[in-house]
Amino acid sequence: MVNITINDQEYDIEEGKTILEAAQAMGLEIPTLCYHKALSPYGACRLCTVEIELNGRTMYQASCQYLVEEGMNIQTESERVVNGRKKMIELLLARAPEAEDILDLAYKYGVKDTRFLKEFDDVCILCGLCIRVCHDRMGFKAIEFINRGIERKVSLPFEDFHEVCRTCGSCSTYCPTGAKAVQLENLTHHTPRPILSEFDQGLATRPAVYTPFPQAVPKIPVIDRNNCIHFQTGECKICQDVCEPDAINYEQEDEIVEREVGAIVVTTGFDPFDPNRLPQYGYGKYPNVITSLEFERISSASGPTEGEIIFPGVTEIKSAAILHCIGSRDENTNRYCSRLCCMNALKAANLIRDKLPDSHVYEFYIDIRAAGKGYEEYYQKMLRSDIRIIRGKVAEITNIPDLPEDEGRLTVVAEDTLLGAILRVPVDLVILMVGIEPKKDARDLAHILHLPCTEEGFYNEKHPKLAPTETVIEGIHVAGACQFPKDVPDSVAQGESAAAAVLSKIARGEYITEPTKAEIVDDHCSGCRNCIGLCPYLAISFDEEEEIAKIDSALCQGCGVCVASCPSGAIIHRGYTDKQIFAEIEGVLER
Amino acid sequence: MVVTDEKTIENTDWEPRIVGFLCRWCSYAGADLAGISRLDYPPNSIFIKVPCTGRVDPTFVLKAFADGADAVFISGCHLGDCHYIEGNYKTMRRFEILKETLKQLGIHERRFQLTWISASEAQKLKEFLTSMTSSIKELGPIQLPILAPLQKEDKQDD
Repeated sequence: MVNITINDQEYDIEEGKTILEAAQAMGLEIPTLCYHKALSPYGACRLCTVEIELNGRTMYQASCQYLVEEGMNIQTESERVVNGRKKMIELLLARAPEAEDILDLAYKYGVKDTRFLKEFDDVCILCGLCIRVCHDRMGFKAIEFINRGIERKVSLPFEDFHEVCRTCGSCSTYCPTGAKAVQLENLTHHTPRPILSEFDQGLATRPAVYTPFPQAVPKIPVIDRNNCIHFQTGECKICQDVCEPDAINYEQEDEIVEREVGAIVVTTGFDPFDPNRLPQYGYGKYPNVITSLEFERISSASGPTEGEIIFPGVTEIKSAAILHCIGSRDENTNRYCSRLCCMNALKAANLIRDKLPDSHVYEFYIDIRAAGKGYEEYYQKMLRSDIRIIRGKVAEITNIPDLPEDEGRLTVVAEDTLLGAILRVPVDLVILMVGIEPKKDARDLAHILHLPCTEEGFYNEKHPKLAPTETVIEGIHVAGACQFPKDVPDSVAQGESAAAAVLSKIARGEYITEPTKAEIVDDHCSGCRNCIGLCPYLAISFDEEEEIAKIDSALCQGCGVCVASCPSGAIIHRGYTDKQIFAEIEGVLER
Repeated sequence: MVVTDEKTIENTDWEPRIVGFLCRWCSYAGADLAGISRLDYPPNSIFIKVPCTGRVDPTFVLKAFADGADAVFISGCHLGDCHYIEGNYKTMRRFEILKETLKQLGIHERRFQLTWISASEAQKLKEFLTSMTSSIKELGPIQLPILAPLQKEDKQDD
């Protein structure tokens, strides 16, 4: 520990720290441009220069490089320090008059203009952050300073593209001028491939270390192994240096955790319908044809456009069309109703009208399904507004305009079935209200849990009215859209109901199951193993010692498939024995 | 060989007797709905509840024919909709084999049918029963001469 004084305040600082580190740890602000915690100090910008008084001598040193010594008296904001800093800013301003960080600093220190010649219209301030991160951390050494003096600049070796660049983008990420000075396209002939944010529906980019979405549970960042430079080259490790609680662990592996549980609640949710399956709507072909989920992100204040409804290539949104039932209530895709899209569509229309009051919004619907608390009232309110709600399914979306002034806009072709007229509406934005589909791997999970599914792949409840969260498998419950399309209130209600049902069963400590189960009469079983492959619940196993099949009555659900298949009649189905059913047949056919 | 007396049957007001094996989850519930909905359907069918159509042992069908049923049908959940995951697929396979066997025994293929009726399809059940009953009426009573004495012997054994 060394005792130093910063701005007339005494501090005990760990030995080996730089003055800048010490000051930052104490919450003091020293301006920097070329310093970064994860990189070795470089002392290029000289902005962090402070006044140091030691053993009766005064000196001016860059605090990012100078180590603390016992008895130092440091001034970070003395008149001479500030004057020097202003001069530095003037020099930097002369070199890079457009750089935002420098303009900010100039404003902060009251520097209005530079006395020096503005010889360069460059934005690069030669801080070397990009080069240091590429050399020290990424280990690629793809860029370097070339030339000397006023010719000095960041460039490629021999000013030629080279294979070593992996287009990781660290150079532009670290550039204090906001990536204006180092642009990837000037440094590599590879096409930079941004990592698209899954949560923002691919409309924004994300880093390789990210929190999956703002409400994620647990809300902690994860490392995307496929894109992290460290997992490809072993270099970088910047996040480990920056993380103060030391929470980064590169050794962590995916692991399979086995737990013994008394009950399972399946809440795997849904997949949105993929509108690429309906090419007539031009999704993926026209940038301003978007899905309801993409619109949700665009209209969100925390989304990629900060809530502004803007698209690349579209200057002004004069009108928008909202198409209902994309992938719902359609013989060609899904026959069922996805239940929540009608209200979502009305909400989207309302949002567009709020954000763009001069725009026209058209809704194309088959039927409005507004069943829910307050939903009908909302629909009635929308009907009274100036949103045009048109009954008719859209046939096609085309970029061939009817009138020359609509060049570059989209045309929605639909029939208004109430008027009996074909409409061709020019619009600038099309929102496809995509339906709900079972998860792609819903059937795989069903197979693991032995859950019955509907034709579409939604999990079947035991009874729609009497046991809406239970399944035929005792102890496995379902909730949410994995059972069938449901909105948030319904999913919450079912989830709570399932949790309560599970808790009440766990509290009881044992399950009460139906007595109608299959049982093997040991003496009659010939050990043919016919039944084993037939059981959908894997309840039958073969006893190698006794050479007979055994049924686990906890797993058996009493379907009776094995009973009907047993060639020796060795399986008894309690409640539905052969004798009982024969008696029934005799009874009903008695003359 | 004892031959059943065709004349006696023709002279009476003959009505076909049909035995249906209905699965507990879909078709039996569908039949319940038909009742609740007060749908009219021919009273010739008598339903036997089974947990799943997969429980229908071929001997049940043979037993029903042996005991004098003019037709037998099996009705379960739609394919992919089975409450026991895949019981109805097993039934479907068994049905095809059993139908061939019954054909060889001289039982017309229309006398043994398989259908999928869900719990909400009371109307479909009604239509199925109506068409099945009228088609069996067209075929007339089942003629299985050798089965009559066997049935008696069975009973004597008991």
